[in-house]
Amino acid sequence: MRFRGQVAYPARIGVIAGLCGALALAGCTTTGSASASAERADSDTGDYAAKTEDEAPFASTYRPYPGIATALVGATVYDGKGGMIANGTVFMSGGRIVAVGGPDTPIPQDVTVFDGTGKFVTPGIIDIHSHLGDYPSPSVDAHSDGNEATSPTTPDVWAEHSVWPQDPGFSRALANGGITALQILPGSANLMGGRSVTLKNVPARTVQGMKFPGAPYGFKMACGENPKRVYGNRGRKPSTRMGNFAVNRQTWLEAIDYANSDDPKRDLGKETLKGVLDGEILVHNHCYRADEMALVMDMATEMGYRVTAFHHAVEAYKIGDLLRENDVCSAIWADWYGFKMEAYDGILENAALLQQAGACVVIHSDDENDIQRLNQEAAKAQAAGRRMGMEISDATVIGWITLNAAKAMGIGDMTGSLEEGKMADVVLWNGDPLSVYSRPEKVWIDGALMFDAADPKRRPVSDFELGQPGAGDVK
Amino acid sequence: MKRLLTSLAIGAASALALASTPALAQDVAITNAKLVLGDGSEPIENGTVIVRGGEVVAAGADIPVPVGTTSVDAEGGWVTPGLFATVTTLGLWDVGAVSESNDQRAYQSPFSAALDVAPIVNPNSQHILVHRAAGITRAATTTLPSASIFAGQGALIDLGADPEPVMRPRAFQMVDMGEAAGRIAGGSRAAAHALFRNALKEAQSFGEAARIPGQSASRRDVRTGDDVPIDPRLAGRETDRPGDVLLTRFDAAALVPVVRGEQKLYVAVERAADIRAVLALKEEFPQLDMVLVGASEGWLAAGDIARAGVPVIADSLDDLPTGFDQLAATQSNIGRMKRAGVTVAINAAAMQNPRRLPQYAGNLVALTRMPGATGLSWGEAFAAISSVPAEISGLGGRAGVLAPGAMGDVVIWDGDPLEVTSVPTRVFIEGVEQPMDSHQSRLRERYRDLDESELPKAYDW
Repeated sequence: MRFRGQVAYPARIGVIAGLCGALALAGCTTTGSASASAERADSDTGDYAAKTEDEAPFASTYRPYPGIATALVGATVYDGKGGMIANGTVFMSGGRIVAVGGPDTPIPQDVTVFDGTGKFVTPGIIDIHSHLGDYPSPSVDAHSDGNEATSPTTPDVWAEHSVWPQDPGFSRALANGGITALQILPGSANLMGGRSVTLKNVPARTVQGMKFPGAPYGFKMACGENPKRVYGNRGRKPSTRMGNFAVNRQTWLEAIDYANSDDPKRDLGKETLKGVLDGEILVHNHCYRADEMALVMDMATEMGYRVTAFHHAVEAYKIGDLLRENDVCSAIWADWYGFKMEAYDGILENAALLQQAGACVVIHSDDENDIQRLNQEAAKAQAAGRRMGMEISDATVIGWITLNAAKAMGIGDMTGSLEEGKMADVVLWNGDPLSVYSRPEKVWIDGALMFDAADPKRRPVSDFELGQPGAGDVK
Repeated sequence: MKRLLTSLAIGAASALALASTPALAQDVAITNAKLVLGDGSEPIENGTVIVRGGEVVAAGADIPVPVGTTSVDAEGGWVTPGLFATVTTLGLWDVGAVSESNDQRAYQSPFSAALDVAPIVNPNSQHILVHRAAGITRAATTTLPSASIFAGQGALIDLGADPEPVMRPRAFQMVDMGEAAGRIAGGSRAAAHALFRNALKEAQSFGEAARIPGQSASRRDVRTGDDVPIDPRLAGRETDRPGDVLLTRFDAAALVPVVRGEQKLYVAVERAADIRAVLALKEEFPQLDMVLVGASEGWLAAGDIARAGVPVIADSLDDLPTGFDQLAATQSNIGRMKRAGVTVAINAAAMQNPRRLPQYAGNLVALTRMPGATGLSWGEAFAAISSVPAEISGLGGRAGVLAPGAMGDVVIWDGDPLEVTSVPTRVFIEGVEQPMDSHQSRLRERYRDLDESELPKAYDW
């Protein structure tokens, strides 16, 4: 306990995709694998040349771990896209979902079968807002790598270059939260914080070994108090909300100029902004207040980009209609409120009211502890709606932490739901995942069993924890 | 139709507010309850609790309801004692990051141990309203370590809708003796230990020199011309002190009851080695009435803690090496300490806000089904947010339980209180039914729909 939970603001000042499809279309800015080999100089001209973005620098080296063909039978299955199957069957093989259906779903004779009677199956849980790796444990200054807070706009930085794969938080998110994929965002000190990276929640020696193949990049932006406080306190622009918008708009105008140039000098920040203007990089905008979100949506229209999701969005319930019309998701907490002025109007019913308005809901964590309980946070938000007469099905609520998150991260056609052909990212829960009493029993990522509550060795232990008190404990 | 519904809702809220305005305890019997006593036992089906004159007079199965007592049929629903939240800062702030509204820390103050929250608890704080509606009826609230390792004197408060939140001022002193304390004290845990020992020695000699009276004489507050209750210890005689003292006279005076064991000392500490070092302080200061706070590595020292008879207000779900002082943090910490015989409450400071207490307790129940983990039974988990923290706070038998002689703090829930989907439907504090509304509930009603066809939302209240 650090006397901070209930007190201060979080430490991390802290078009639904599809534009950039599953298998990295040419020219699409993704974390996909590089094909070209490294060359120091252009072979035609003899000039020195860096690889271009299209050649996917820092490409994913993730490969699914071996799995065995496995069928889960007799469980209650939430498919992530709003469907529920009682006494359901989920069959995975070759890293993919092969079949999802009722008890009569055919499964081959020679596969491993787990009896899920009394248990529940969901897609792998996905957190759209995490800083694991960028603000890892132990939370010491030497690890504070989430905010390049030296300029109000740093579109040139990439969150993946800060990710420490040995953050023990990844393993807790897997074992206690059933997290199979997550987006790591830069913090919110800056108006434009930089690129995010989407990871598979698999232990790896390098961040490239975690990068979700084919996932588009995200772009972190932030409204409101944080940027104006951080830079205003240093006597520089922006020090007000109007300053926030002025800096943003001018930066976009310059990016548009860059994008219109025939042969611009390479500029890492502008390349990211052009990626946003091209719809290849998805905007994730930290923004609490309703009025500010409305202004941001107009700014996006003015400049020719779109906001994929507002993150934190504690006042989204006040503009559910606008968010629906603009097709913007709200990635929110269930019960955080009051830690800063722009969070003063947070209410438990935010998610339910948005759902009622027909807007897209995602429950996020922004926290190394809450990421272990996104299922419980979703249940809280559902119950708050039920109390005011809004019945939202359990299956829909599971979608808030699976498919809706996946779609808003641009990976909805690869994971996030239990559908034939999708990645076998699957959680077997020992009870109703919307109950406080339930925990993940087994977690598969691409069909490989990465956590098994019954097998102490099927639990990752990061380098940092080896040889320390409590290494390999149940945690 | 929507307007009509809104006015009905407001009417109901007003009626409730009016009903509770006179702070008179109702005599009430709640019957047909799934009754939780809070003492660690499992729920009782078809239970009854009777509150008379603000106190519980009977609770259990087969309790006859006296003729003429107002009766509430819980229809089989869950009924529990009010939750007890410790350690909190409830009533001391409005918005965390708005420093003007936040009295949790006093970085610029020359005082530390003398800081006293009793005069500054705001019963109209939205956090009090929100947490009351969440079933928390009492809490320990305190300033936090900032300029010194000594945080100041915390109070026990009730969350009732009345102007008198403080039920016991200066109930405890808090000190940090862990990693953070080392930084505050000058850069090393060694500095924190030296500072602590020096402070207590100074308090010892100051207490003798100033002839500060003992506990029996300090119960009643004296009042100044400003009518602000002050600590009688601080009104002690002027006393010359040697030039090399480090504590202000007020701080020294405030630590007198600590060193004499008349006031509890909450010690924030995480690492097993730090815990053992703190327990060893009792050899030098045998009167210390200590409580450990945090104790994320408590399970590694559980035997020592149990032998010392020191209770713990422990972080329940910390399972990350947030610092080098809690490398061994695990959610099984509380279960393991409990099994070793330690008295353990769940620390409300180690969560986003204290209304998550039931969720954190419920998670400890969930651990009982996880191989290799150690959790709590349902009854134990509930006790860890009701009777155990009350007992640690010095309110054993008076709060956090439904038993004869306890204060009439009763909560009726819409489901299992440890389940994340449940909330209270009615809350009584000392027999007085409490309003359940807040800024949040009013926002919820205003934005039930987004219809502004007749008037802007600002007219919808």
